[in-house]
Amino acid sequence: MSEVLVFGLCAAVVAGLGLYGAIVDPRPLRKILGFNLLGSGVFLFFGVVARRGAAAGFPGDPVPQALVITGIVVAFSATALAVTLLLRFFETTGSSSLRDGAAADGARDTAES
Amino acid sequence: MAVPVSGPGSTEGGALLVLAIVIPVAAALLGFAAGGRRTERIALGALPIGLTVAVLIAAAVPPASAVPLTDGVLTYLLGGWAPPLGVALRADGLSAVMLVIAAVVVCAVGVFARADFAIADGAAETRAPFAFWILLPMIWAGLNTVFLAGDLFTLYVALEILTFAAVPLVCLDGRGETLQAALRYLLFALLGSVLYLAGTVLLYGAYGTLDIVLLSQRVAVAPAPLVAGALMTVGLLAKTALVPLHLWLPPAHAGAPPAGSALLSALVVKGSFFIVVRLWFDVMPGLPSVAATQMLSTLGAAAIVLGSVVALRQERLKLLIAYSTLAQIGYLFLLFGLAFDVDSAAMQKGDALAGGMLQAMSHATAKAAMFMAAGSIYVAMGHDRIAALAGAGRRVPVAVLAFALGGVALAGLPPGGAYLAKELLLGAAARTGQWWWAVVIQAGGAFTGAYLLLVLARVLAPPDRAAAGDVDTHHGRVAWYPQAAALVLAMVSLSLGLVDWSAWLPIPPGARLAASVVDTLAAAVWPVLAGGVLAVLIGRWTTPSGGRLARAVATLGPLRRGGIALGENVCRGDAFLRRWPMAGVSLLALAVAFGAALWTGR
Repeated sequence: MSEVLVFGLCAAVVAGLGLYGAIVDPRPLRKILGFNLLGSGVFLFFGVVARRGAAAGFPGDPVPQALVITGIVVAFSATALAVTLLLRFFETTGSSSLRDGAAADGARDTAES
Repeated sequence: MAVPVSGPGSTEGGALLVLAIVIPVAAALLGFAAGGRRTERIALGALPIGLTVAVLIAAAVPPASAVPLTDGVLTYLLGGWAPPLGVALRADGLSAVMLVIAAVVVCAVGVFARADFAIADGAAETRAPFAFWILLPMIWAGLNTVFLAGDLFTLYVALEILTFAAVPLVCLDGRGETLQAALRYLLFALLGSVLYLAGTVLLYGAYGTLDIVLLSQRVAVAPAPLVAGALMTVGLLAKTALVPLHLWLPPAHAGAPPAGSALLSALVVKGSFFIVVRLWFDVMPGLPSVAATQMLSTLGAAAIVLGSVVALRQERLKLLIAYSTLAQIGYLFLLFGLAFDVDSAAMQKGDALAGGMLQAMSHATAKAAMFMAAGSIYVAMGHDRIAALAGAGRRVPVAVLAFALGGVALAGLPPGGAYLAKELLLGAAARTGQWWWAVVIQAGGAFTGAYLLLVLARVLAPPDRAAAGDVDTHHGRVAWYPQAAALVLAMVSLSLGLVDWSAWLPIPPGARLAASVVDTLAAAVWPVLAGGVLAVLIGRWTTPSGGRLARAVATLGPLRRGGIALGENVCRGDAFLRRWPMAGVSLLALAVAFGAALWTGR
């Protein structure tokens, strides 16, 4: 097995785990963690692409590294925003469930606050 | 004005593109540093400058429609580096019209929001106004970057800026309900953006570039770009809230303050829609298949039916408008099925694309006007329960007029932009022999007429004498300028059909409202009549007691019961689709289905 294949498979497994957690686990913090795992998988995949696509005679293609750094910054900001929102939500309502009250009941929102 | 320079390089006037992004970013950063009253002044001061830049760009974009993206565009190479190493900003006709419409809507929302988010002179700023006057230019910056970006990774960053600026708008008032809506929005949008990023990585791995023009020359039918196309499309659909990926939209758009709802509904969802158009028409015009385009349009048709029926069953005005947005988003996606040319097996930039973009522009202006008018009505009446809105027409007549005109424009009545869009889409449906989309297009107009009539019937009714005393204690005063801002936007939407768009959109010169008086009248009467029937059958209204009207309603009995049952069932289906695991599974299923449709459809 070449190293590209090993890292590629690892990326796929990490991304799959993250996706599973983000969709199936009802707790928002787990969803945030799942998103981070999913993102890590994609970044790792980008690293594999850099290695494989070493087109210009370098040992690795430098462009994906620059893009991954940007992607990490974006994912970091997203996580910070999500965690802040979650904390504020918990402070305000005492709950961290994403499916209660008006939002989960769907269309017929009768709650008037 | 600008002459394209031969070969790679920035075109004359290309620096305008940088200004379009730098001005709102600078306004947001300066506003953050300055604080207090100055934040508001800086944001408001940037509005006319940004609008001027957008208009200048639209004037400078060389008219060329059917040619590839390399011609007929305004280009700026950042730092003078040409792609694939450098990053290019490009403006073609589609970017230009969207830039101008976004600028017009942002300016109107800015004027409207002065009433809600005024910061007193000298006083320390409070959280909500301070945040709003930073988020407004930031959303604008994100949108302008989406419209101008020349490569897929810049588009990713722009999309994230847009989302991060849009999410806090939802929960500006800090209530638990809106915080939950914001969190749902953010988490689901993040799933979408990771899928988009994964597709970008695949494309880079396959072709070694992310530049849109270079990719359009290199992309061929192969597994990697097909998977990438499916992942990116579904990720963007999650951000656009196309049914069945709409779990976040109704609570977020209905819970935000009116100025925020107007921005979210009019502009933010158009950002990701615009990237879908870029992806399918510019990055991979040869990749889509009949099955994939029909699938996208089918989702659009489902969104029209589901969004409209649920809108008709709403008790609250803001939720009704939010569900109407859902239906209108579906309307936009009809263009994909109509723009696919079977003979050349490629997406054609023609009347269907022009119709779709025109619909996006009309919806942006009209829906912003409607949300702003609903905000004024809320302030004037102290609530937005549709059943108790009688008398609003006397309290805030200008806002009600703006709501009515916005609705009329949206329902596709002449001379609105949506009418011209409908004509173009119907023309494309007739030309390609796809009569089923013509039916959906007409039904969409009728449904819009239905919920407009339902609201207007209540709002224009004389005030209830019994409830008057109760309501009077709550109602607030509405200044004239928020209502005027809404009215101006509604008028813009209504006059979009009078403009000759051939310089920017791929339609033949002179394609505008030129039909005979009889045709125009028929086009105006039909959505209203059909809408009236739908409103009577499905809409939420109480049977009047006694009199001839009650007897007339009684004869409707079985039909009305059937309509209500249908409405309730669609509402239940909507609630089912909007549960988180269901939406997640839909996301994955759609990604697989799109991959399969792209692969097998050839």
